[in-house]
Amino acid sequence: MSELIRNRLFWPVLILVGLMALNVAFTDNFLNIQVKDGHLYGSLIDILRFGAPLILVALGMTLVIATRGIDLSVGSVVAIAGALACLRISDLGDQNSVTGVLAAVGVTLALTLVLGAWNGFLVAAVGIQPIIATLILMVAGRGLAQLITDGQIVTINSSPYKLIGGGYWLTLPFSILIVVALVALTAFLTRRLALGMFIEAVGGNAEASRLSGIRSRGVLVVVYTFCALCAGIAGLMISSNVSSADGNYAGLWIELDAILAVVIGGTSLAGGRFSISGTILGALIIQTLTTTVYSIGVPPETTLLFKALVVTIVCLLQSPAFRQKVVKRRARPVAPAPAPMSEREPVTNR
Amino acid sequence: MAESAPIVRMSGIVKQFPGARALDGVDFRLLPGEVHALMGENGAGKSTLIKVLTGVHPVDEGEIELAGRPVAFSGPLAAQQAGISTVYQEVNLCGNLSVAENIFVGREPRKFGRIRWREVYRRADELLDRFDLDVDVSAPLSSCSLAVQQMVAIARAVDVEAKVLILDEPTSSLDADEVAQLFRVMRRLKEQGIAILFVSHFLDQIYEVADRITVLRNGRLVGEYLTRELPQVYLVAKMIGRELAELEKLEGKPLARTTEPLIEARDLGRAGAVNPFTLTIREGEVVGLAGLLGSGRTEIARLLFGADHAGGGSVHMGGKKVTLRSPRAAMNHKIAFCSENRREEGLVDELTVRENIVLALQADRGWSRPVSARKADELVRKYVAALNIKGDPDEPVRTLSGGNQQKVLLARWLIMEPRLLILDEPTRGIDVGAKAEIQRLVVELSDGGMAVLFISAELDEVLRLSHKVGVLRDRTLVAQLDNDDALTTDTLMGKIASGAPS
Repeated sequence: MSELIRNRLFWPVLILVGLMALNVAFTDNFLNIQVKDGHLYGSLIDILRFGAPLILVALGMTLVIATRGIDLSVGSVVAIAGALACLRISDLGDQNSVTGVLAAVGVTLALTLVLGAWNGFLVAAVGIQPIIATLILMVAGRGLAQLITDGQIVTINSSPYKLIGGGYWLTLPFSILIVVALVALTAFLTRRLALGMFIEAVGGNAEASRLSGIRSRGVLVVVYTFCALCAGIAGLMISSNVSSADGNYAGLWIELDAILAVVIGGTSLAGGRFSISGTILGALIIQTLTTTVYSIGVPPETTLLFKALVVTIVCLLQSPAFRQKVVKRRARPVAPAPAPMSEREPVTNR
Repeated sequence: MAESAPIVRMSGIVKQFPGARALDGVDFRLLPGEVHALMGENGAGKSTLIKVLTGVHPVDEGEIELAGRPVAFSGPLAAQQAGISTVYQEVNLCGNLSVAENIFVGREPRKFGRIRWREVYRRADELLDRFDLDVDVSAPLSSCSLAVQQMVAIARAVDVEAKVLILDEPTSSLDADEVAQLFRVMRRLKEQGIAILFVSHFLDQIYEVADRITVLRNGRLVGEYLTRELPQVYLVAKMIGRELAELEKLEGKPLARTTEPLIEARDLGRAGAVNPFTLTIREGEVVGLAGLLGSGRTEIARLLFGADHAGGGSVHMGGKKVTLRSPRAAMNHKIAFCSENRREEGLVDELTVRENIVLALQADRGWSRPVSARKADELVRKYVAALNIKGDPDEPVRTLSGGNQQKVLLARWLIMEPRLLILDEPTRGIDVGAKAEIQRLVVELSDGGMAVLFISAELDEVLRLSHKVGVLRDRTLVAQLDNDDALTTDTLMGKIASGAPS
């Protein structure tokens, strides 16, 4: 049992189960999954479908945070991707042409790669702090999205494009399949190949990594580029789902939800070890929370407060220091911790 | 000097850190009106003693008295209020504030809650006049030279009615004129009856300014001496100490003179780090580097590994000029480097022992060609056994003791089968058993044809392992001595202390 509690996914899973239970109590047929017209329907499927963009953004964010960085620009990249794709498709003679849509998607993803590489360049080569470097694109990116759509909301009517965010394939929502594929790819790159070890080494100790021969700059550029790519795909999903691109509101504040998902999933903002499964759980918790807010009838004006409250509780529950404090207060006093060592004075120097 | 009652008296100070006893029953006293140098190699406990005195760390055992009354400060601020001010190596003032603001920040003279700027400037001017400093007190501090900044820090410290002034390596970034200026100020303060505790790695400076010297080694008090009664070479001996008894005798094969030069550094140097030096290391040769801390030992190692860019000179391997632009470039030439700073420049704390061991190999192979689990297992098993690493390979490396961590770092590089292995203080801070194992390993490796650059503050160790010893002093490679029977630790100490060939 104690081994179970010490598993770092224990608390996220427990919280997700708790939220589910709340929903089951308040909503009829919450757990029901039906097959209609060969498609799966149900609240659980909805959570997955609406949560898909967040999972993607959080996936990229996980790797960035593991390098001791942060990417604030993902929301803007979501908007830019939706704007560019919709603009290209609206310019097509036949909006239902598959090749035309594929070309639009291709151009869009290429642009997101460039945007990500820009972030990586600022962080790795120029040496700007990640929070500032990505803040630049966070602000400028909204402007860029506005520029692309000329300040208008671009509406399209393209069934191939609709598939990405709102369509079904093999009875499953297509967006879920995209998420599964990308998660599998990321897991393969980081856990089967050595990319994950490099990321964790750079995040854990950049100087030691460099002195071990790791090209830490290259790792950083790859990670920021990948993060922007994930955000770009999420942008395609969001705009495809509503068949329009809104440069102002698409992906607004999604960076905050993504960072929360990563932290709830057990990846430390201080860099180093990361957990992809933890991040997915974290994103699902946040999406379920959003659903719960509606289903249990929290008054709309208190929605944000309610969310904040739950997130605070989640973070406290996950903090070993906090749990220890609570346990200590209730049980026997714990022996005082050894005096903290200052970072500049390694033990070896004494 | 007439002995007055000590202003500070510390007796039987014990400070235990996890895994290391930083101070073990240290006695220390500081008299008013003296400059007292605290000496010892890195890890001797100097900074811990200062931190204990100023309340950064609580003491585990022992007593501290200030002017005859027992004290226990809750922190540096409390110590400062009681009259103990500290000025650290890096100036910790605000460069964007003016000189006067820096001196009075937090305690500005006020009238009706408004700061009286005229008063601030007048008093700052007065204070700096006492130091023979002629600066515009309204100019931003960052526009002043480092020496002036240091002096301003001292002025601020003294103006808080200090009875004790602690200067922790104040001279390391100053040039000769600036040092002279600082010393004038120190002498003046001394005349005013302030007790000054002075830490520096520069022996000449100690002998110029200090009245009394306390030497620490490995957390223990070696002794307290009057500077004029302790010749420089004895001071070095006391700082470095000897630790022969516990270690077995090691004898490597004498190096055949005919081995090929593996790597030649010609006039290699880097401004501010180490002056241009020329050094040849042959295959199978162990070259020791001896010198005090800050003498340029580590800087030579980092240049040869490409960790820093050389400012001038060249490196040749096998007769061809090579460019060591980065650690990767050095690794391609089969050079390996174990940093003296295991935790900051060596191991990645959070990664497991296994990951730390294969890290360099994996970096060399690139991200797309992972070291297979079977290969990693095999390597880890082999090196855990060969180096006698005690610890679970799947636990984070930080859970291991210092000696085992050092061996993990060694294993990482031995896997790479380097031709030149650079070891910077590989035996510092580890227990005697692990020390002997690492020394034996160096002998075995060199017998097998590997060249080793061995850096250590312990002269006995350098002498026992090396075929050739390079002596460093004040960032200059002053001598290269063949290690024959005539070479003793005393000769080495003489070289380190004087720099002149004896």
